[in-house]
Amino acid sequence: MNLVNKRSLLKTAALSALALAGCGKKEEAPAAAPAPAAAPAADKLKVGFVYVSPIGDGGWTYQHELGRRAIQEKFGDKVETTFVESVPEGADAERVLRDMGAQGTKLVFATSFGYQEFVQKVAADLKDVKFEHATGYKQADNVATYDTKTFEGAYLAGIVAGGMSKTKTVGVVASVPIPEVVRNINSFVLGAQSVDPAIKAKVVWVNEWFSPPKEAEAATSLINGGVDVMYQNTNSPSVLKTAEERGVRAFGKDGDMSAYAPKAHLGSAVIDWGPYYTKVVGDTLARQWQGGAHWWGVKEGAIDLLKIADDVPQEIKDRVAKARAGLRDGSFAVWTGPVKDNTGKEVLAAGQVGDLPFLSSINFYVAGVEGKVPGTEGK
Amino acid sequence: MESYALLIGSTLSAGTVIALAALGLLVNEKAGIVNLGAEGMMLCAALAGFATTVGTGNEWLGFAAGALAGALLAAVFGVLVIWLNTNQYATGLALSLFGVGFSAFAGQNFVQAKLPELAQDGIPYLRDLPLVYGAMVLAVALVWFLDRTRAGLVLRAVGESPQSAHALGYPVRWIRLGAVVFGGALCGLAGAFISLEYTPLWVEGMVAGRGWIALALTTFATWRPARVLLGAYLFGGVTMLQFHLQATGVQVASQLLSMLPYLATIVVLVLISRNPAWIRANMPASLGKPFYPGS
Repeated sequence: MNLVNKRSLLKTAALSALALAGCGKKEEAPAAAPAPAAAPAADKLKVGFVYVSPIGDGGWTYQHELGRRAIQEKFGDKVETTFVESVPEGADAERVLRDMGAQGTKLVFATSFGYQEFVQKVAADLKDVKFEHATGYKQADNVATYDTKTFEGAYLAGIVAGGMSKTKTVGVVASVPIPEVVRNINSFVLGAQSVDPAIKAKVVWVNEWFSPPKEAEAATSLINGGVDVMYQNTNSPSVLKTAEERGVRAFGKDGDMSAYAPKAHLGSAVIDWGPYYTKVVGDTLARQWQGGAHWWGVKEGAIDLLKIADDVPQEIKDRVAKARAGLRDGSFAVWTGPVKDNTGKEVLAAGQVGDLPFLSSINFYVAGVEGKVPGTEGK
Repeated sequence: MESYALLIGSTLSAGTVIALAALGLLVNEKAGIVNLGAEGMMLCAALAGFATTVGTGNEWLGFAAGALAGALLAAVFGVLVIWLNTNQYATGLALSLFGVGFSAFAGQNFVQAKLPELAQDGIPYLRDLPLVYGAMVLAVALVWFLDRTRAGLVLRAVGESPQSAHALGYPVRWIRLGAVVFGGALCGLAGAFISLEYTPLWVEGMVAGRGWIALALTTFATWRPARVLLGAYLFGGVTMLQFHLQATGVQVASQLLSMLPYLATIVVLVLISRNPAWIRANMPASLGKPFYPGS
């Protein structure tokens, strides 16, 4: 059904563009006055979305789709949104982006890191189209980048984990060793240790973003190793499901995963693109699109820990609420010193707050995490 | 000590998925047909099994549906390559791609579906046991069938020299179809095992390459059922072992550890199968070749 909608939208878009062009030609000579009659349709801001996976992935892309719906709901007739799903991070992406430009789309959200080069290329040609690229780092006059502070969600989950672990050992099923993922692991552990400083953590890498059987195997080995609360940075609900089977606890990530495991689910660190998307569309409608790099977190409502389980003690829920409130009003930051890595070296002095360059280059584990970040074993 | 018992338990489950699929593929390869569609069949079967169990609440019906889905897809493949003599490799690849896409499309509404609460038998691995033992019994049965029975001899003859088998009056095409359907049913069972027991949920692409590993395993195991079983457990065991090592904090690059299951399985099987004469003796001579009864 979605596909049909998308197609028919594109079709009507193309038709109305043709009609407009036709009108323009005919009425050019007699008078300029009748032209505005067609203007309301032209005034509609066309917003396009490029998705890397199907909307039904239950995670990353689904959350972007919710953001798109938020735009449609808020601006109603003033915008027209279209999307293309399952666009590979290759030359196809460039075609889709150009196509959107050709259909009259004026604002494009490219929602995966791998689109970066193609966004740059197309943006250089289509100067009057604004591009918003998720998780990228290259900006241009008409290209902005945006991302979510997923580590704040991991920290809030960590607080719950610290309160719920009986073995005092938490575990993380990690995907691919890049700074973002290492930062999330550490933030989760810092959250747990804010409740109980004695908490230890184990990390298992699967070196893939999406492989449900492997994620389940990794979770199983964590549980066998004495872990009773797990977090993950992989994309399927497999870890949560394994926790349900084995009677331990875990979290959902990106989207609300409570439906997958009613007993094991402790909370979901849910990304909400709605606030950012509606702001950008509002700015664009007011001709005040700004560009630049945007990194939104709990403060802006871009991420939060939702659906905290009923059996989590009130004291822990209060701690989560306090941290959330601190993040909101800016009085608290997850990465505030003193923070030591697991070799005992101080990485943030007391009172020091981790800045952007620090946060983007975390390649160590904080104290209490076993092992070393892959790629740094020899150091 | 208990952690080793758990390690062995999880090794057996991990190996069973691959063993079931690979043993099925071995039978259809023994009859001379290569079916590269394993991944697609497993995905469709994983979905069929999951959807059936969600709908009926009965896990065994789910397994049956998985096997049936695998068998049906294999039958379509069989008719194409056996009667219409399409290229086996191309048709198999097409089946695989089709299965991946079709299961993703048809499974849209099952992404967040919940399996019914199944009676917990106390021991978490107990529910896996029928299939885990089933795979072992199957391997023994296949050794006996292929080496010691007349029917097994006929099956091998069809894979070695379909012309001779045809001349002796055996219905070569029907025997091949039977073998292909059997292989599909076992791949289906393996697929349903993944979505019902191993990672009890449905998400698209969830088989994540297990079908391709099973295909490779039949070749590396030189078409011997016992070796297929050994290779599958070895693969499952090293997979679990490397996660176990990571979880106990052993400081080896995780990327290297991730590579180990593939490396170990290939090295061991290549070593025990390094005799070229042995490979010649075991590889079905007409594997992948079309058969025209008239010629």
